[in-house]
Amino acid sequence: MSFFTDPLDYEFFRQGLIVATLVGALCGAMGVFIVLRRMSYIGHGLSHAAFGGAVVAYLMNFSFFLGAGLWSFIAALLINAASRKRNIGADAAIGIVTTASFALGVALISKKRSFTRNFEAALFGNILGVSREDILIIGGVAAAVGVAIFLAYKQLLFTTFDEEIAAISGVPTRWVETGFALALAATIVASMNIVGVTLIAAAIVIPPSTARMLTQTFGRLLILSTVIGAATGFFGMFLSFEYDIASGAAIVLLGTGIFLAVYLGSGLLHRLQATERVSAAGRSAVPSNLPVEGTVAPVSSNPDRVRTTG
Amino acid sequence: MSTPAVVLENVSCGYQRGFVLTGVDLHVPGGQFVGLIGPSGAGKTTLLRTMVGLTPRVTGRVEVGGRAVTAGTPPANVGYVPQVGMIDWSFPVTVENVVVMGKQRQMGWLPWPSRKDKRDVATMLDRLGIGELAKRHIRDLSGGQQQRTFLARALIAQPDILILDEPTASVDIRTRDEILHLLAEINDTGITIVITTHELNSLAAHLPWVVCVNHGIVAQGSPEDVFTSRIMSRTFEAEMRVIRDVETGNLLVTEAGSHGPFALRSQSGPDPVAVGEDVA
Repeated sequence: MSFFTDPLDYEFFRQGLIVATLVGALCGAMGVFIVLRRMSYIGHGLSHAAFGGAVVAYLMNFSFFLGAGLWSFIAALLINAASRKRNIGADAAIGIVTTASFALGVALISKKRSFTRNFEAALFGNILGVSREDILIIGGVAAAVGVAIFLAYKQLLFTTFDEEIAAISGVPTRWVETGFALALAATIVASMNIVGVTLIAAAIVIPPSTARMLTQTFGRLLILSTVIGAATGFFGMFLSFEYDIASGAAIVLLGTGIFLAVYLGSGLLHRLQATERVSAAGRSAVPSNLPVEGTVAPVSSNPDRVRTTG
Repeated sequence: MSTPAVVLENVSCGYQRGFVLTGVDLHVPGGQFVGLIGPSGAGKTTLLRTMVGLTPRVTGRVEVGGRAVTAGTPPANVGYVPQVGMIDWSFPVTVENVVVMGKQRQMGWLPWPSRKDKRDVATMLDRLGIGELAKRHIRDLSGGQQQRTFLARALIAQPDILILDEPTASVDIRTRDEILHLLAEINDTGITIVITTHELNSLAAHLPWVVCVNHGIVAQGSPEDVFTSRIMSRTFEAEMRVIRDVETGNLLVTEAGSHGPFALRSQSGPDPVAVGEDVA
């Protein structure tokens, strides 16, 4: 059991474990809406946008969370606005808005090479930098997003399924979209240090994609994706410690492993069910009143159901 | 007929690239059953979307259910059923999940529906004959069941006006007739119905009021008034012929003359039975 107990001796690990579990749950929950909107790469894009914001915040001696968060929120709103234009589309909107922001961050870093190493953590994830303040902030974000999803569940579901009809049916879709952009920006910024900019997209997309193979209802999908995300964050941290690899990479690789296991397992299950159905159909395909050679089967056992024309 | 359910006065509507319809004047009395007909791209769907505030560019006066409608300000008492082609069928929702969405305005703050909400959904599904499908995923439904599901979502909000975009597209003849009968029953309860359709003979010819659309209103009236060769030809920008079935008395719209690669082949077949007489 030293795999689970040894790392807990270290305070940095305990703090990282709490944050990774919270971030996993957060990404898992938000990921459901993102995957169903077919905007899987928004996580990837916004984390890059947040990186630009983080660099600007660092240069201006501004709070990282506030700077990167505000930057991501504006980027999310811009993406939403641009994706509504039919001649741009969500995928192009994500590409344009976020890579421009990332490029700004890279440009500023290349001007001030002194803090390049700090941003390696932001790019690939590092639990060493997690402080008690981070735990409070990330815990606050997770709680706020959780409450928001609980209270706006019906509106979020309807808007995600069919935004136009939701608007006609009395859902304030613009407010829902703005609130969602804010929650997404907060999720990205909260996840940046632990998962890393380059791997956030996977942390957002893998849990709901895994859960989707296990359920066909939205409510269960949301719960399952959150649990898978949290579990991946939690156990991924132990893998990270044991094999001395970056926390973000360990979390994403574990998530990918679970995805593959469920993919193969559900495929096998479907195949078994199909085989069972075929053999059951084969058994029932031999009716008891099958005409014996040389006899004629009745057209119908109930003469009232036989209709003639003319 | 009572107060107008839909009033459009000098309306031009469309998208950023330009207007699809111009100079539209349309008055639909309360309780009417109206069918919009016209060729593809004529603006039928745009006209419906204008009625529910989904068209971004609109000039003129649009009033639905006594309330002014503008882009982003939908009417309060309208149920809208979009074309089934616009639905994401892989979305993880069951039939009852979809129908309860229609109760947005009546539901409480909790994420899950109340017992009353569930009862209402069950009653509505039973009324539309799909009660046993409540727990089924929307992907696993037939075309008619899909239409009924989205009709149930629109009806559960108890609208005064029901707007449906091609409710009988991609369904078989029997299902089409069932849907039409269902809509007629709903209309009998006093709900105004506006639909678009491409089915002239089997559907539009049997409606009380038909509006011919082609980037504007070409004509409107009862099928007896608008199903003429002249109006149909103008509406569809093709030479059309309207005949009356001598056996049933029904109006039938056909293309005048034979077209396309199969025209010659059909000429070599048996002589068609003369079924109708021309309607000028």
